[in-house]
Amino acid sequence: MALPSYASRAERIWHYTYLVICVLIFLFLIAPILIVIPLSFNAEPYFTFTEKMLSLDPTGYSTRWYDLLLTFGMNAPDATRDSSWWADAWENAAWIRATKNSLIIGFFATVLATGLGTLAALGLSKPDMPWRRPIMAILISPMIVPIIITATGLFFFYSYIRIGSWGIPYLGIILAHATLGIPFVIITVTATLSGFDHSLTRAAANLGANPRTTFFRVIMPLILPGVISGALFAFVTSFDEVVVVLFVGALDEQTIPRQMWNGIREQISPAILSVATILVIISILLLATVELLRRRGEKLRGISPQ
Amino acid sequence: MADATTNPTNTGLTTADGKPLKAALAHAQARSRRRAFLLVLPLLLFIVITFIVPIGQMLKRSVYNDGFTVQKNLTTGEKTPIMVNLANWFDENPAGTEPDETAFVALVEDLKTLKETRAAGQAGTRINYELPGSRSLFTQGARKAKKLQPPFKEALIELNPKWGDPKLWQVMRSASSNLTGTFFLAAMDRTRNADGDIMSVDEDHQIYLKLFGRTFMLSVLITVLTLILAYPIAHLLATLPLRYSNLLMIFVLLPFWTSLLVRTTSWMILLQSQGVLNDAMVAMGLIGNDNRIQMMYNKIGTVVAMTHILLPFMVLPLYSVMRPINPSYVRAARSLGATSWTAFRRIYFPQTVPGIAAGALLVFILAVGYYITPALVGGSDGTLISNLIAFHMQKSLNWSMAAALASLLLGGILILYWLYDRLVGIDNLKLG
Repeated sequence: MALPSYASRAERIWHYTYLVICVLIFLFLIAPILIVIPLSFNAEPYFTFTEKMLSLDPTGYSTRWYDLLLTFGMNAPDATRDSSWWADAWENAAWIRATKNSLIIGFFATVLATGLGTLAALGLSKPDMPWRRPIMAILISPMIVPIIITATGLFFFYSYIRIGSWGIPYLGIILAHATLGIPFVIITVTATLSGFDHSLTRAAANLGANPRTTFFRVIMPLILPGVISGALFAFVTSFDEVVVVLFVGALDEQTIPRQMWNGIREQISPAILSVATILVIISILLLATVELLRRRGEKLRGISPQ
Repeated sequence: MADATTNPTNTGLTTADGKPLKAALAHAQARSRRRAFLLVLPLLLFIVITFIVPIGQMLKRSVYNDGFTVQKNLTTGEKTPIMVNLANWFDENPAGTEPDETAFVALVEDLKTLKETRAAGQAGTRINYELPGSRSLFTQGARKAKKLQPPFKEALIELNPKWGDPKLWQVMRSASSNLTGTFFLAAMDRTRNADGDIMSVDEDHQIYLKLFGRTFMLSVLITVLTLILAYPIAHLLATLPLRYSNLLMIFVLLPFWTSLLVRTTSWMILLQSQGVLNDAMVAMGLIGNDNRIQMMYNKIGTVVAMTHILLPFMVLPLYSVMRPINPSYVRAARSLGATSWTAFRRIYFPQTVPGIAAGALLVFILAVGYYITPALVGGSDGTLISNLIAFHMQKSLNWSMAAALASLLLGGILILYWLYDRLVGIDNLKLG
């Protein structure tokens, strides 16, 4: 994007203005996410930078909100921090319980969505798949239909089939989250398969491999990066979903987003910012993983950036 | 071989086992079609059961409400019909008939049943949706029904003059059949008068059309804002060498991967009247400490936060259209004498239109149904139609109304979705 040597003076000025505009837009994109990180270390219960923080005075910073996060909901938060204190935290601290619930729901929803989604993506990318377009439209629709409509429909449906009395905890939420994650799996896996060189399967068959061996030894390793990114998308969708949980979740089925939602609606405290910071760090790690997977997938398939 | 090519219709090509080649090919194709379909089938069934059926059931609820005809015991699940006598009277007498003594006898009988089955509140609630203030009418009527003496018409009207209201009778008539279009009418700010004609409700009671209008306007505004912000950076990303653009892409993808609640919370912190932005502006002396700008719990909050949240959905399709554009076209235009503005307007911009259409449709579709962000930062005048659906689901408990609003919203979204599939193709949806 270098400026050509024949550029006129006005063009030069415009070029630099344009770069400044771009920087500002990138700032708009990223600053709101990063701003929560320093604010979560605020020693005061405010949502803005105190003077002490601005002058980088260490007393202006503290980890008290992270501590609150850990102790909130415990039976004896002020006891000495020995093994029984940690056991108490593990059992009773509200955020730890929410994390456990979120992980359980996210795990099963991801497994369901990835398994079914990968299978379907394999079928969808076969050249002679019948009614490909309408079926694809149906499978992607959970991403397009507003979440409130999905939640409303599920609320009626689950009370109609009395899913709560089936005795399987979290079942309703897991099924709903799997549904919401499926479009992401379909999109990423079909994208991977679209760059797939089908002569490889023919070569495998030619060398004597049966279809099963071909699938596990040739196809699977090649599409695995796409499948894993799809799974990560599905997991994040479930991990971040609050509306369905609010509508169909039982009272004790607290998840991290639901706990956050309650915290924001009722009385927003800087403890929310410490949760937000942890979630931002998790999303940075996830993004890095997906990026690495993408590069690996490109390398495997012989597409490399110039 | 020579025979087969010169006279193919007579002999026909056959496979090694003697079948005609055409039939063998058709057979093989059918088998591979079946195999492909079987791979998709489990997921299709899953989606139909966990997604399509629930939504269909909800759509049904928007035109079906048995609150005035059936009482359901919540513990046993047993269903008892209520308001039977009145329904019979409605069947025998056409709409517009003046309710006579027989009608009131039927009504009092039904009120007694309501008392026995404890369904007065439920039946009253059903009427209350259309005629506010009717719930207490039914609970009071059911409580006193036993003590009433004939003639029942005078007795009931003496108990509460509302029983003589022709509008009430019209509403009871429509509620006595389970299928009703009332909720759709109400969702479009229409109602029926005592004669059963459709008319708009009073100007100051029109909330739904106004809210649909606001949802539409705000979504358009957000779409335009995301386009304005996304275009320059997508262009920059598309023209930089891949090494740098992949790095800068992180700025676009990180918000995409960050929790929605985190992003909304960040905006709440930034926009609060005691928040970072206001503090910064006060510190710079741009505004006085006393007149901090109210940027949250109104439209500004909704628009700013949603623009930020939906921006990646605009950048990604634009980028994927801009990346393959050959830069030599613009250079050719320049060498033919076009100014840089003309070259952009006549050469570059038209090539990006598919990306603009894809991004704008996607952002608009997502914005129209948005719930979380407006609920948290929207206050009262920055909320959208989804928030009203949630209100009817959770607070007013008028579920049929929520279902009717949801059906209208869903109808609009599906049209846009169909359009998106037509213009862009769902296969081209990309996520980073």
